Amino acid sequence: MKLLAPNAILGGLINGVVGVCALVGAVWTPFDPLKINFSARLQPPGPVYWLGTDEFGRDVLSRLMAAAATSVWISLLTVMAAISAGTVVGLLTGYLRGWTDRILMAFNDALLAFPGILLALGLLAVMGASKYGIILALGLAYTPSVARVVRGTVLSLREKEYVDASRVMGNAEIYTMARHILPNCIAPLAVLATSMFGWALLAESALSFLGLGVPSPAPTWGNMLAESRSFIGQAVWLGIFPGLCISLTLLGINLLGDVVRDKLDPRMQGI
Amino acid sequence: MAMNDLLRIEGLKLAVARTGLEVVKDVSFSVAPGEIVGIVGESGSGKTLVARSIMALEPPAIRRIAGSIRFQGKDIARLSPRELRHLRGAHIGMVFQEPMTSLNPSMLIGRQLDEGLALHSHLNAKGRRTLILDMLRRVGIKDPERALEGYPHQFSGGTCQRIMLAAVMLLLPDLLIADEPTTGLDAVVQRDVLELMVELTRGHGTAVLMISHDLSMLARYADRIIVMCKGEIVEQGVTQDLLQSPRHPYTQKLLAAMPRRLPKRGLSPSVQPMVEVSDLVVDYHGRKSLFRKESGKRVLHGVSLAIKPREVVALVGGSGSGKTTLGRTIAGLLDPAGGEIRFAGQPVRRGSEGWTNYRLNCQMVFQDPYSSLDPRMTVAGLVREALRVVPEMNYREKMDRVREILRDVGLDETFAGRYPHELSGGQRQRVAIARALVRRPAFVIADEPVSALDVTVRAQVLDLIADLQQRHGFSCLFISHNLGVVEQVADRVIVMRDGLIVEEGDRDRIFDQPQDPYTVKLLSAVPVLEATANGGVRLRWRHNHISRGHVATP
Repeated sequence: MKLLAPNAILGGLINGVVGVCALVGAVWTPFDPLKINFSARLQPPGPVYWLGTDEFGRDVLSRLMAAAATSVWISLLTVMAAISAGTVVGLLTGYLRGWTDRILMAFNDALLAFPGILLALGLLAVMGASKYGIILALGLAYTPSVARVVRGTVLSLREKEYVDASRVMGNAEIYTMARHILPNCIAPLAVLATSMFGWALLAESALSFLGLGVPSPAPTWGNMLAESRSFIGQAVWLGIFPGLCISLTLLGINLLGDVVRDKLDPRMQGI
Repeated sequence: MAMNDLLRIEGLKLAVARTGLEVVKDVSFSVAPGEIVGIVGESGSGKTLVARSIMALEPPAIRRIAGSIRFQGKDIARLSPRELRHLRGAHIGMVFQEPMTSLNPSMLIGRQLDEGLALHSHLNAKGRRTLILDMLRRVGIKDPERALEGYPHQFSGGTCQRIMLAAVMLLLPDLLIADEPTTGLDAVVQRDVLELMVELTRGHGTAVLMISHDLSMLARYADRIIVMCKGEIVEQGVTQDLLQSPRHPYTQKLLAAMPRRLPKRGLSPSVQPMVEVSDLVVDYHGRKSLFRKESGKRVLHGVSLAIKPREVVALVGGSGSGKTTLGRTIAGLLDPAGGEIRFAGQPVRRGSEGWTNYRLNCQMVFQDPYSSLDPRMTVAGLVREALRVVPEMNYREKMDRVREILRDVGLDETFAGRYPHELSGGQRQRVAIARALVRRPAFVIADEPVSALDVTVRAQVLDLIADLQQRHGFSCLFISHNLGVVEQVADRVIVMRDGLIVEEGDRDRIFDQPQDPYTVKLLSAVPVLEATANGGVRLRWRHNHISRGHVATP
């Protein structure tokens, strides 16, 4: 086993900190992230409020931690939803071919032609902003790219002789698909899932920023950033810290994504 | 060695740059002008690296650490990039293994042929064109004017290799390096291309360095043979001497691995056939997509055959003869458009009554051991999977059976937990055979089971198949393009061409008195072996005329 690359360590470290904050933030925060305290409005970072307070006197650090829990949870569920739906579609179209393939893929391509965020905007405008609305909308928006990747992999895998070998053994098609094709799709899926987690996080922040995310007063990094705009002159920390959270988390995910790609891409193996 | 050697390599050592691992150790040999020298070796013997270093084209990860390569007295290592470029093409030509990938798919044949000529000669466009057309005619292209306007994909592999040869020979090089020039081609085409290569180079006095894993092919054309093993030259000598009295054990092993005819087995003549195929017709449907529109194509035009219990029937033919399609159809992987397959007297078709029984009794061994095993399963898992649909066995019985069959194919306990990528090609094919046989099938279809393997490994796997067939007594349909292999294993031989059976008969009859001209042609590519007293062989070729095959234009 060779030493981990520096970007693996850095990416792991950043994601580790964010992950711990999210986990802790889900059950405990230094202050109540929703508690309004007018006597401590717009306090700059200091010994009591480490990252300062906002216009209602709420602790920014507590809010960031609570927001991390929400954002990470939403992004995770989104990725899981997109991966499961996309895998099913990709497997079916790639393995069965024919009319199933043509119809599902035409629909898929139409979805793919839509910018993901626009699709989510439209859906959320209809359904109203909520946590599960975001997951549904973003999950749907990301499903086509998963389906594409899985279908492409399946198309190359089904020509492999071990798939023929499985059929000659008398295995049912569904068994062949589950036992021989699906496990061999995992590498490209893992690579896609990592980068998709980053997209989901960013999209969720963007939607919250636009007011279509998790409704206030529940904190998310996006809506904290949006609310900070009015106070950018008096309390710059209100904008800096959520922005930093978003950027650093994405950086960490992208670094880790590269590592996953290097590890799992068959072309990189043996080097 | 005389001073007028064309090429002289002395003490050549090549190593992997990063690790310092020596992959070519102290190789010395020379090539005289006009001589044909063959280098034989198995994969990993370093033969290709040696050939590439002659043109200073070693892969970037490989470094030369010692030795000299002199071409026409000049040290290759001292040449400037400019002088090297002048040497490549004009003085040293190279023909690669894969004609389909060594020609640029996006360039017209005419332009590709013109490229080298424009670079290395001072002729004008018209003069070059005359030369090119003349050369294409000489390599046997029927309508050279039209060929110039074609793209590589419009030609067959054999024709592409002829064009490649024409491109190289146009420049009249002093040395032609041919690295496995015909490995991807079927036996008949292979012979045509080689004869052409020898004829052309003889005419110009070009020396040839021919690299191959196929000793019998080299033996036919080379004046001298160099045997390489694990980066070293173990033996070199004049072809006849080397073959008839090999000194090094490895050479003896290579010679012993050449397939040879075994004594005829006694099979009871009048039993009911186990598998009967009658008038089988298979069509490939045209596929419609955005980029391609293919029309449907009939690949089998009514094929009938019968295989008796315990019998090994070989199915031979060139590429495109439909032999693989026939095998896959009998295995139930393709649905026939017409005709019938009967197993033990009962017609079988997907979903029919006898289907499950047939499915349990008919197994297949595939060609490519690198793609026929699921990379995510262990050896034991792969073999046990074949028992999954056998209902009357419990887990313990299945594991016992797996262990037993793995022992049978020569893999001990330690292999059970390994993954395919941890195995060599030969070991993988053993696993594939174990998987096919673990159910004790009555009928096994083997589609080119040894053609992806090295010569010595091939011999071992063939022995294994023969041995298992003796012990388990299954019938076998053995599909191959290599008649040498077939001669060793088959009881009966069926020759196919263009989706039809052209000849069928007892092995000895087919090999000794072939009737059909196509069979004669196939046979002319394999030698008859006679053992000599001192562990060598004498080769005799059935037909030694140089013939020009028919070559299509696009």
